[in-house]
Amino acid sequence: MNKIGIIGDADSVIGFKAFGLDAFTCRTGNEASEILHSIIKEDYGIIFITEKLYKEIEDEVGRYEDLMIPAIVSIPGREGSQGTGLSNIKRAVEKAVGVDILFGDK
Amino acid sequence: MARLNVNPTRMVMTTLKGRLKVAVKGHKLLKDKRDELMKNFIDLAKEIKILREEVEPMLEDVYGSFSVARAVIQPEILEEALMYPKQSVNLIAGEKNVMSVIVPEFDYELNSNDSSDVYPYGFATTSGELDKSIEKLSDLFPKLLKLSSMEKEAFLLADEIEKTRRRVNALEYVKIPDYQETIKYIRMKLDENDRDSQTRLMKVKDMMLEEERQKEIKQNREKMEEFEKRMKS
Repeated sequence: MNKIGIIGDADSVIGFKAFGLDAFTCRTGNEASEILHSIIKEDYGIIFITEKLYKEIEDEVGRYEDLMIPAIVSIPGREGSQGTGLSNIKRAVEKAVGVDILFGDK
Repeated sequence: MARLNVNPTRMVMTTLKGRLKVAVKGHKLLKDKRDELMKNFIDLAKEIKILREEVEPMLEDVYGSFSVARAVIQPEILEEALMYPKQSVNLIAGEKNVMSVIVPEFDYELNSNDSSDVYPYGFATTSGELDKSIEKLSDLFPKLLKLSSMEKEAFLLADEIEKTRRRVNALEYVKIPDYQETIKYIRMKLDENDRDSQTRLMKVKDMMLEEERQKEIKQNREKMEEFEKRMKS
């Protein structure tokens, strides 16, 4: 049995609380990375991070990319989508194929 | 291509030939694996793109309605209303094997199956906006989970593809040519040795024949002399 966590600013995560997700509120990237490092060993299956924070701690997240669990996923925060999620996929495509053959039109 | 630093002997050549065979076989298998992974990955990436483009506006919509709810309800009451969740999501993380890459597969169960039962608060102090946003979020939630597992799968696949591609290239452009070159070198060296000993043998044979002939000539001459002596006397 795994838990689901969400890291983000208070406004973005409050709704998810109602679903029994573990919400961690923070404002800065430093706080977010501290939280991430401290909860990574617990049995979280998915950790959602709002885009703005995700961008700031991208390198830290990258360290856990090889692990099967948890899946660390960026979701748009309250500020709206900045395309981080799609650019992650784009990066994965570039890594696998060598060139971006799917989202080249953007 | 660099030739391997080995002794040019028949035994080394046999070993190398075996290795070349394994390398060629492995190359073929890895290439197949890479192609299949790539096929899976491309399909997956396309799906993720579609799903993400669907989920993100929905999520923004949810945020929007939460903002409205926040504006209508006092913060303390909102905090209180959402403080103790009634609904809880149990995430069950399974494993799936895609071309020997282990990827997670998330399944979830809600501890209350009634979809109208997601509100963790009484309706007296809160407004309808909050109900709406919670409802929207509960519709969105399964999609978010699906997206998570697919993205994770994509990252893991990308990693594996990269590794496999490197291996394929290393075999194709380094290992196999190296082996071939070394085997060729050993074969040529052995042939050279063969010719060497052949000529040496021929030479020796010539020398031995010559020696024999000389001996015979000498003997003949001696016999001749003896015969002449006898004739005189």
